[in-house]
Amino acid sequence: MTLSASVQSAPARAPTPVPARRRARGRLPLGLSVAALIAAVIAVLPLVYLAIRAGQLNAARVMDVLSRVRSFEQLGRSVLLAAVVTMGSLVLGVGSAWVVARTDVPLRRLWAVLAALPLAVPTYVAAYAWVAAIPNIAGFGGAALVLTVCCYPYVYLPVVATLRGVDPAWEEASRSAGVGPVGTFRRVTLRQIRPAAAAGSLLVALYVISDFGSVSILRYETLTVGIYRSFTNNPFDRTAPVVLSGLLVVVTAIIVIAEARSRGRGRYSRLGGGAARPAAVVPLGGRRTPVLAGMTALSGLALGVPAASLAFWLVIGRSGEMDVPEIFTAAATSAGLAVGGAVVTTVLALPVGLLAARHAGWFPRLMERAAYVGHAVPGVVVALSLVFFAVNYAFGLYQSVPLVLFAYAVLFLPLAVAGVHASAAQSPPALEEVARSLGSPPRQVLRRVTLPLAAPGIAAAAVLVFITCIKELTATLMLQPTGTSTLATELWTQTSVRAYAAAAPYAALLVLLSAVPAYLLGRRSHRWGVRHE
Amino acid sequence: MSELVVQALRKSFGPTEVLAGIDLTVPSGSLAAVLGPSGCGKTTLLRIVAGFERPDDGAVELAGRTVASRSVDLPPEKRRIGIVPQEGALFPHLSVDRNVGYGLRRGADRGRVAEVLELVGLAGYGDRMPHELSGGQQQRVAVARALAPRPSLILLDEPFSSLDTGLRAEVRADVRAALSADGATAVLVTHDQEEALSTADLVAVMRAGRMVQAASPRGLYLAPADLGVANFVGDTVLLDGTLSGRCAVTALGALAVRAPMPAGSAVRVVVRPEQLVLTADGDGVSARVRDQVFFGHDALVHLELSDGAVVTARSLDAAWAQPGLDVRLAVRGEVTCFSSQ
Repeated sequence: MTLSASVQSAPARAPTPVPARRRARGRLPLGLSVAALIAAVIAVLPLVYLAIRAGQLNAARVMDVLSRVRSFEQLGRSVLLAAVVTMGSLVLGVGSAWVVARTDVPLRRLWAVLAALPLAVPTYVAAYAWVAAIPNIAGFGGAALVLTVCCYPYVYLPVVATLRGVDPAWEEASRSAGVGPVGTFRRVTLRQIRPAAAAGSLLVALYVISDFGSVSILRYETLTVGIYRSFTNNPFDRTAPVVLSGLLVVVTAIIVIAEARSRGRGRYSRLGGGAARPAAVVPLGGRRTPVLAGMTALSGLALGVPAASLAFWLVIGRSGEMDVPEIFTAAATSAGLAVGGAVVTTVLALPVGLLAARHAGWFPRLMERAAYVGHAVPGVVVALSLVFFAVNYAFGLYQSVPLVLFAYAVLFLPLAVAGVHASAAQSPPALEEVARSLGSPPRQVLRRVTLPLAAPGIAAAAVLVFITCIKELTATLMLQPTGTSTLATELWTQTSVRAYAAAAPYAALLVLLSAVPAYLLGRRSHRWGVRHE
Repeated sequence: MSELVVQALRKSFGPTEVLAGIDLTVPSGSLAAVLGPSGCGKTTLLRIVAGFERPDDGAVELAGRTVASRSVDLPPEKRRIGIVPQEGALFPHLSVDRNVGYGLRRGADRGRVAEVLELVGLAGYGDRMPHELSGGQQQRVAVARALAPRPSLILLDEPFSSLDTGLRAEVRADVRAALSADGATAVLVTHDQEEALSTADLVAVMRAGRMVQAASPRGLYLAPADLGVANFVGDTVLLDGTLSGRCAVTALGALAVRAPMPAGSAVRVVVRPEQLVLTADGDGVSARVRDQVFFGHDALVHLELSDGAVVTARSLDAAWAQPGLDVRLAVRGEVTCFSSQ
């Protein structure tokens, strides 16, 4: 419609806010809600039961455990290790991210891949490889080194993504305002990557605090090792492990709260349509050689040493006798438990994720939060709680496969729920509304539209859970039926008696299996990189 | 019979009243357009009729049955209302045949799928997947899918806004033909007045949650209920005037006023640009050509009246009306007046 001088336009009207239409109508589907509630109860059960047990403890004996010097040493070691590894990861992660994203370092693409690769190596496998190569490394130094070179990708990955996404116009504006390159890095670039670096660091801290496998292999007695010891040494003493678990949960809770708060803060990455121009590349000039040496050393420590050590012990092991049937049995047990874990976890995650993706309100939100409890509770605590629960209420379940699967479900529900939620949220609600209007009741819409569309994402989540289950050590070690063992527990057992050659095939298989999720994750992140209009 | 009756419908989202008592009647077999600027509540109205939102008050009746009110809330799947969303929203995992057949009972007459595809001009496309279709084709499939189960009512939510201008008119005409060939009752929601006027049997203008006027396209254009509607449905020339009998005396002379007459004597007069007739030495008042904007099919000529007011005339042949030329300006037909108070 054309307007000219005397053609009057309609009077301006106050814009009415458009209501949020992302989610379907308010009524919650009953079946899905009940199923989500069951999953949520399962997810919080270990923590709640532990709290109940803690409440029943004799106060005098609690004080006794708390006043032991050893308890405080263990707590102190956990906190110290977490602090050192987090600082180290922060420096290495930010540094390597900057080198990869912003400099003209030779072989840039290769470093980009190598810097993320340590995530594919389970830390206890790396710990085994290091201690098998240099037995003297056991202790604080070794634990700090191994965990740092294994964990820095948690910082590297988000920071490199942010550095690539940041609009270079800000840095250019700073430079043209008369601020030098160092000042610009400090005052502009660092501020932009701070949220990503903070979130990554807290993930590192959470990982280190909860880690049991690598610290126990490197013989550094942190709180997790202390809990495991007090549980195995004296199965009749329930006070010490419960009190120590309580301490551990408090520490992890602090980290998780800090992480959630850091994630809630603003994002600095560029939003909106169109990709930003790639940032200008900083010429390294004379610093090229030291930077290259540094990157080589980092990858050497994170990947080279473990790979060489593993290869060495594999060859030694082959010259000795390799117990092929035993390895095969362990692999089959691992696979069996992992399939069970993946199925149980994904089935439990489905209602929670679907509900959260499609319905607003406190109930879906609460169910999803509850399902995420496993993210914050260390495996050793979940396992301990389930042992006590089984011994008290269902002795038949003690050291049985269902209990192992229960633990897997609690621990990996967050992974599966995130996958289900993301894939269900990808299909527009309009599709489901159309299906309703064409005569399908909600249950049929779920079957004919929502699930088929979300299926690839759900399958990917299930595969991730499967492989994470295969790598799981702590809970499997504490809950597995006597007489059976998995790849992970067998590696741990052989390493703890210093049978490094015998442990090598298990380690190699675990690395092989862990490479798959890294590959899958990489592919998925590529897919997410594609803009969905 | 599948008449749609909406009565005193109210809906608020938090403190914002989106629908403030909407009444609308769409006779069986006709196509009504709900026309309004974005944010006027027209999509909310559509979603309440479809059953995706609940009204706070009021009622929706379809074919004599109450489907939504304070006490009744028939779920969407029981309403027999087909919807055609903005982007088509075809099921990406289903072929065209399966998309169209989604709402049909298993083992039902599969001939219906071919029939409606034929209606929208896509016979033979059944095996394609949605991503293999152009935007216009996807929209046609969405219409066919909505038609297939023979719903009592079809709701179209700005279904053509994502198409290019050229394609839009073509798809619109075809969809219009398909709807009437199937005898469907339909409600089209749009902010495009040209689309509403050219497609619908009945146009209902919504503004800020209220229904301002519902009339035939011609009635709406010629006799708008207020100045806002007059401006919204087409270009206007606005003049001040004084009522005198059945005429309004304006700078363009005494103009015949269409009933109903407004109260008072001071009025605002609405003239459509195409009512102004430009001649070299014919009837009317004198005016001077300022400039003109050429559109191919016609041109808008800006003219200055003797009192300095500038008006716009739409002319099919204005090549001779060069800037600076003195011409005569007459008004053809009746004009609409609104009280100035």
